[in-house]
Amino acid sequence: MMALLEVNDLTVSFYTQEGVVTAVDDLSYTIERGEKFGVVGESGAGKSVTALSLLRLIESPGEIESGEILLDGDDLLEMTTEEIRQIRGNRIGMIFQDAQTALNPVYTVGEQISEAIRHHLEYDSDEARERSIELLDQVGIPDAENRYSDYPHEFSGGMQQRAVIAMALSCDPDVLIADEPTTALDVTTEAKILDLLEDLTDEFDTAIQLITHDLGVVAELCDRVMVMYAGQAVEKAPVEELYYDPKHPYTVGLMSSIPRVGDDSDRLRTIPGAMPDLIDTPTGCRFHPRCPYAEEACTRTEPDMITTGNGANGPQQSARCLEYTNDLQHGLGFDVTIDDDLSERVRGERHE
Amino acid sequence: MSLQKFILKRILASVPVLFGVSVVTFALMHITPGDIVDQLVAANPNVPSHEAARLRREFGLDQPVWVQYLDWMQGVLTGDFGEVYSSSRDVSAVVLARLPETIALGLFGWVFAILIAIPGGIYAAVNKDQLGDTVSRFVALSGISIPNFWLGLMLMAVFAVQLDWFPTLDPQTSLLSPSMLWWLILPGVTIGTAAAANMMRIMRTSMAEELNKEYVTAARAKGLPERTVILKHVLRNSLISVTTVAAFLTASIVAGSVVVETVFGWPGLGRELIDAVHLREINLILAITLFTGFFIVLANLLADIVYALLDPRIRDEY
Ligand SMILES: Nc1ncnc2c1ncn2[C@@H]1O[C@H](COP(=O)(O)OP(=O)(O)O)[C@@H](O)[C@H]1O
Ligand code: SF4
Ligand SMILES: [Mg+2]
Repeated sequence: MMALLEVNDLTVSFYTQEGVVTAVDDLSYTIERGEKFGVVGESGAGKSVTALSLLRLIESPGEIESGEILLDGDDLLEMTTEEIRQIRGNRIGMIFQDAQTALNPVYTVGEQISEAIRHHLEYDSDEARERSIELLDQVGIPDAENRYSDYPHEFSGGMQQRAVIAMALSCDPDVLIADEPTTALDVTTEAKILDLLEDLTDEFDTAIQLITHDLGVVAELCDRVMVMYAGQAVEKAPVEELYYDPKHPYTVGLMSSIPRVGDDSDRLRTIPGAMPDLIDTPTGCRFHPRCPYAEEACTRTEPDMITTGNGANGPQQSARCLEYTNDLQHGLGFDVTIDDDLSERVRGERHE
Repeated sequence: MSLQKFILKRILASVPVLFGVSVVTFALMHITPGDIVDQLVAANPNVPSHEAARLRREFGLDQPVWVQYLDWMQGVLTGDFGEVYSSSRDVSAVVLARLPETIALGLFGWVFAILIAIPGGIYAAVNKDQLGDTVSRFVALSGISIPNFWLGLMLMAVFAVQLDWFPTLDPQTSLLSPSMLWWLILPGVTIGTAAAANMMRIMRTSMAEELNKEYVTAARAKGLPERTVILKHVLRNSLISVTTVAAFLTASIVAGSVVVETVFGWPGLGRELIDAVHLREINLILAITLFTGFFIVLANLLADIVYALLDPRIRDEY
């Protein structure tokens, strides 16, 4: 069966004063109908650029250079502006990192939900209002009927994010893109919002692409994960495999620094160094300056994405490391020990 | 605080300002040498000096300055702004007679400014750093830099004298008749140009800034047409910054009316003020200045109300 969303060889560059930044480089992944797909990586890995590309919202000086984005087989990159507008907010909904900035301060929360409903579903204003109130209620806004006419500044941060979720779900999209939807929130609110996202996507059978820099969040919510580094996918795996049997040294590095959900400590301090400048990416493997297993070959040869294992439903795990083309002399020497708290969460997720 | 209370508070707050304006104007008129009687004597050298002294006594000009001021103030508090010395007409009557002309001119200037500035600013912001933006910047800079008397003379020379599209004589018809528009266009454009140029730049800057905000991406992500994104979401936020300078622009239009009315022979308060200054008609000068001050206070208030209508966050603070 055709995947719901299929991204093939997507490349996005920004033509800046300093040079060409290739923020997303030859990226491919698929999301199935109703699937919860996580995208993980440090800040600057290209996660948001990927998300905006799905809606063709990359603005100058950025440009989608090449690739395909197939939604039910139709290439979004081939569509006319009018056609892509029919997709935005209608078949693909977007949740932003900071609800406060994503809401227009001068229109009521209700109006901002209703306008998309009126536009896409051709409801009249009373019907749209009714549906918006229903949605506000569904995302857990108490007294939704009255809060409909509130302005964003009259909502708390958590409520604003709920409203943005209502907005994204308003036209019953096939896929929801959530770009770090809980980063701006406190711990308790974060947990509640994640629960809400899980419940709603289950209820409406909406696929979700959940972007985060927090593997803990992925463990809570996702079925499958893609780890991004410097604009590329470095590992793709079902969430269980990723935790119990990670294949890429970067994933391992991320893993050893997993905080509990909501822990705000500096998440990636255990991987020394910083992500490279995307104007002048390292030769060979992009991770080699920080990789504890880097060898001579890593500085010269760029690794391909290699399928490393078959999950229960076919070839599911892949990683971008020379180990899997047998180009490493010493191999990867990591052991994975799973801390109880995390395995508890991953298992809990699976048995539900 | 309710809106009514807010308005009342602002009007009361303007009282000390207007008081200050009257004191300063009064003082300035007395520091500069000469008075109305000197002017009358200069116009008619046969007036004997005892007649001049009699006139000064009659006008109260022989009193100490502070007595004159208190007399004047006492009148004002009972609604009497005094007489125009040379014609014995009531100052209020003169001001009221000239007021509609000035208001018509100012309003025309404002409407012209808004009609140019808002669409021009939107266009420049949407096409930021492209040819259209550069052209609009050039036009705006010219509009800001050109002195209004010069612009007025040029417009008159080209469109009224050379092309003969507009009348050159003083208005020959009543203010409310449609053909009055022909007399209004050139001075109206002249008086509105600087404000239009200023406002266009502010509009452009504030809209360009708003366009970078995430709610714009969010609105696009909802699938709204670009027209809706710009004219509904971005425009209203951009107008907030424009209203904060609107009162300042009103003041510049009011100030411009003095020059423009003189250049175009427009029978409004501005020209009346110039004549009054020449003749040292203190009562008339004071009344016009006070009235102008009050009008600017009102314009400020109006801008604040529009501001609150545009921005719900401000509304809550009232
Ligand atoms: N508007 C822009 N102009 C120039 N470069 C950009 C722009 N947006 C993103 N980039 C580049 O793309 C890279 C990836 O950004 P982003 O996708 O936002 O990362 P993240 O994974 O943190 O969401 C950044 O490091 C930055 O260099
Ligand atoms: S290719 Fe080399 S540098 Fe890159 S991840 Fe594998 S071992 Fe590390
Ligand atoms: Mg991001």
